[in-house]
Amino acid sequence: MWKTFAEQGYPGRLIAVEGLDGSGKSTQIHLLKRWLELQGLKVFFSEWNSSTLVKTATSKAKKRELLTPTTFSLIHATDFADRYERQIVPLIRAGYIALCDRYIFTAFARDTVRGCPPDWVRGNYNFALLPDLTFFFKSRLDVSLQRILDNRPQLKFFEAGMDLNLSTDPYESFKLFQGKILDQYLHMSGEFKFLAIDANQPIETQQNLVRELVCARLNLAAFELPKS
Amino acid sequence: MDDTPHSPAHQNAPALSSTPLLRFRHNEKLHVKVPKHTPKRFYGHGIPGVELDKLVGKLIVVEGADCSGRTTQIERLVDWLEGSGHATVRVGLKLSNLVSEELELAKQGNVLSRITLSLFYATDFADQLENTIIPALKAGAMVLADRYIYTLMARDMVRGMDEAWLKNLYGMALVPDAVFYLNVAPEDLVQRNFAKNTALDYWESGIDLGLNRDWFDSFLTYQGLLQKQFQRLQSAYDFTIVSGHRPIETVNSELRHKIEAVLNGK
Repeated sequence: MWKTFAEQGYPGRLIAVEGLDGSGKSTQIHLLKRWLELQGLKVFFSEWNSSTLVKTATSKAKKRELLTPTTFSLIHATDFADRYERQIVPLIRAGYIALCDRYIFTAFARDTVRGCPPDWVRGNYNFALLPDLTFFFKSRLDVSLQRILDNRPQLKFFEAGMDLNLSTDPYESFKLFQGKILDQYLHMSGEFKFLAIDANQPIETQQNLVRELVCARLNLAAFELPKS
Repeated sequence: MDDTPHSPAHQNAPALSSTPLLRFRHNEKLHVKVPKHTPKRFYGHGIPGVELDKLVGKLIVVEGADCSGRTTQIERLVDWLEGSGHATVRVGLKLSNLVSEELELAKQGNVLSRITLSLFYATDFADQLENTIIPALKAGAMVLADRYIYTLMARDMVRGMDEAWLKNLYGMALVPDAVFYLNVAPEDLVQRNFAKNTALDYWESGIDLGLNRDWFDSFLTYQGLLQKQFQRLQSAYDFTIVSGHRPIETVNSELRHKIEAVLNGK
């Protein structure tokens, strides 16, 4: 039922990174992007929850704490669909490597933890093709938590999973919420062929692994920018 | 304080039956009937955390194109229901607190692709379902919906969206107690439209589909395509097709007749 971009016969490829907040995945995909673009390859980067039109609605709704699990799921699906239809698919058809900081698995994990029926969530996203490579940055829960709590002590309502009523203390709630999300990631890791990277290693060691895997799985020469 | 059956207040209660106030009970015309409770269900996966057996109100949906007479019919139904002593709540599409402004902007700019627009409408619908429809049903109201998921589904199906995908998405919706589709031929819709407005609406004419560069022709083709999809949906979702070509009162009495059956538990 689920196909990758390569299996669909599109010339471009999609690489996604997934993992908990604070797992270091954004650093890794940024370094991957730099490496690919410095080689003169066609690269494009897309971030979760960043479609301009949908974003105003999302941020307004989050500020006013108006979202239920259902509308939280749908508004993120809308944001994803906007980026998917207008950017990701056209770019991949034009032969780009799309790098996505979070993909549909983020929704599968979060929405399921929030109590949405898993089949309903997956069904809503089944218009999307699967990444050709999905890196899962597997960090120890306490390490990711510490990294987030060190940097941004002001946790936002939905980010901390406060809507789940796990705890009245935002920090405690965040910890419980992240733990549940980690379980979901581990649960789908095999099904969606995640490439697990030990996120407790040094940044450089992880980046080496990422670059090796990308080289092994993609024929990078096929993605060179046209010479002007 | 003292709420045992033998309290003085209870002993006094029977004496009240002879007062004029309670005698109205025996007058049929003034008698406000409590609707018979029938179980509610979702089309599919539903909304997490909803206790279906607590939804004691009734959900009545009126579907149809613009100018099919939906609003007029609903206004009359509200008068009739409120006159009969039932609390009523009206809902429609694109009215949510959550995304209605953004949805309007997106429509004006016509910048969203089809899956995105479809999910945006679904978000708007979900917000109203959870924050208006379900609470009103819980409170025992008659909820009159001016369009429901069928319009959203039919519009998307005309635009080539996968029916199975839509079915899963709108599996979150409650199954209404009654659904009426006011059927009016495209040729009549166009006449009614010009009796009310001086121009055809971009979306109601399906201009985004590129069916025809002539707006008049596009309107007729698009409305015809929508009707076909409604007919397809009718068999799967079991709704009553009502001919909208008859006088307002004739249509309304047909609707009232069917709603009465719903109030009596069918």
